[in-house]
Amino acid sequence: MTRLLEARDISAQIEARIPGTTLGVVSGKDPAVLVKPEAVLEICRFLKREPGLEFDFLVAITGVDYIDHLEVVYHLTSLKHNHSVILKTRVYDREKPSVPSVVSVWQGADLQEREVCDLMGIAFVGHPNLKRIMLWEGFQGHPLRKDYL
Amino acid sequence: MAFRTEPITVNFGPQHPSTHGVFRMRVTFDGEVIVDMEPVFGYLHRGSEKLAEERTYTQVITLTDRLDYVASMSNNLAYVLAVEKLCGINPPERAQYIRVIMAELVRIASHLMGLGFLLNDLGAFATPLMYMFREREKIMDLFEMVCGARITFSYMRIGGVAEDLPPEFYPAMTRFLKEMPGYIDEYEALLRENEILLARTKNVGILQPDKAINGSVSGPNLRGSGVPWDLRRADPYEIYDRFEFDLPLGKVGDTYDRFLVRLEEMRQSVRILNQAMEQIPKGPVRASVPMLVRPPIGDAYAHVEAPKGELGFYVVSDNSIAPYRCKIRSPSFINLTVLRDMVLGWKLADMIVIFGSLDVNMGEVDR
Repeated sequence: MTRLLEARDISAQIEARIPGTTLGVVSGKDPAVLVKPEAVLEICRFLKREPGLEFDFLVAITGVDYIDHLEVVYHLTSLKHNHSVILKTRVYDREKPSVPSVVSVWQGADLQEREVCDLMGIAFVGHPNLKRIMLWEGFQGHPLRKDYL
Repeated sequence: MAFRTEPITVNFGPQHPSTHGVFRMRVTFDGEVIVDMEPVFGYLHRGSEKLAEERTYTQVITLTDRLDYVASMSNNLAYVLAVEKLCGINPPERAQYIRVIMAELVRIASHLMGLGFLLNDLGAFATPLMYMFREREKIMDLFEMVCGARITFSYMRIGGVAEDLPPEFYPAMTRFLKEMPGYIDEYEALLRENEILLARTKNVGILQPDKAINGSVSGPNLRGSGVPWDLRRADPYEIYDRFEFDLPLGKVGDTYDRFLVRLEEMRQSVRILNQAMEQIPKGPVRASVPMLVRPPIGDAYAHVEAPKGELGFYVVSDNSIAPYRCKIRSPSFINLTVLRDMVLGWKLADMIVIFGSLDVNMGEVDR
């Protein structure tokens, strides 16, 4: 079985290495680590390289619109250790939301970040080719936002 | 005297028989060699994730049929698993067996199509494809018996499956399981050492294992590169931990390895099906679940090893009758991340074969 690592432990490990970047744990069915958006790239690099963690496989990047904030969810798995973790980050600016891109850590983020940007309107800073992917250039709005009608 | 040369950009698709649907590639050639390739998506985008937000949890099952339309059962399964995880529903044992049987049958059907179209791309026009459709037809007949549909099944339900297996299913299934290994042997005899196939696929489009992992490639493409990662083994959902099966792995990671992995996986699926048909218990096929499911507030991610790779559903609930957010992690879409790097340096005819060997389904890519 893929083991979901204890979010509290991972949060503590991140905080010990990169202080002031975590915001606690989001409880639920699968507890997730909540981190500050500007630190995402640094944290992902740490999670990928740290011996014992080694999250080498980016499963999915999801954007969710919670109206008062936008949330980006990262599902990470380590094929080596067969364990996983969920990372969440929240952006409160609906006009120009932005999160650092993790393409430099996992190439698998390339198309997924473009998709989230296209449909949810979150810019991934540092993405090499950030443009619309499902919809055409010049399309107005971001359909997966809750205020898109 | 020197010739003045310049790269030329050619548009490829979206309407093209070798693009397996509506996929477009903008390819830049230097002479005959590919120096740049940009995939263009979205011609089949229907906004499935947005549509799901306006349907009840049960109605969304019909949308999942239309993602990877050659393997709808896997899509049904991944979605209902996510909702069941969210609600904490445990389907009865018999339902789990039926679901696994359907998922493995659909894996054979999907691999048959994947291989058939790959050979089509290689120039073995229609003949191998028709051989493979012959067997796929039998699987379609089995599906028709259990749910009345041949493509868009909508057979699985939250908490089980729609109906129990009909009596005529058993003899047909026994016959299929008896005949199928012989057919796989036949494909192998016809194709495995075919000179043209070897020349066109050996060492073509090599995908290194570390590159595949970094690019989030999953499924037979990842195993073709020699990475032993299969969610049925790594994170057994349903009752997969009760079956014995091997993980076929490639050695080089070329098109030929991906071809062989798919061929061998069909054998393993037959093995699983034999065990499942032997073990299947009697009992109910559906847990008692209300007509309108209202999961508690929260989110859940569930994944299955679909024929194309890791298919996942991330469902967020706000305790209403419709999902607040329903994200589809589709393997075909994410497997295409590495396509550009795989085709660089090859020629046009190889590009078609490399793309075909990834076995993507555009319904799932564009969603």
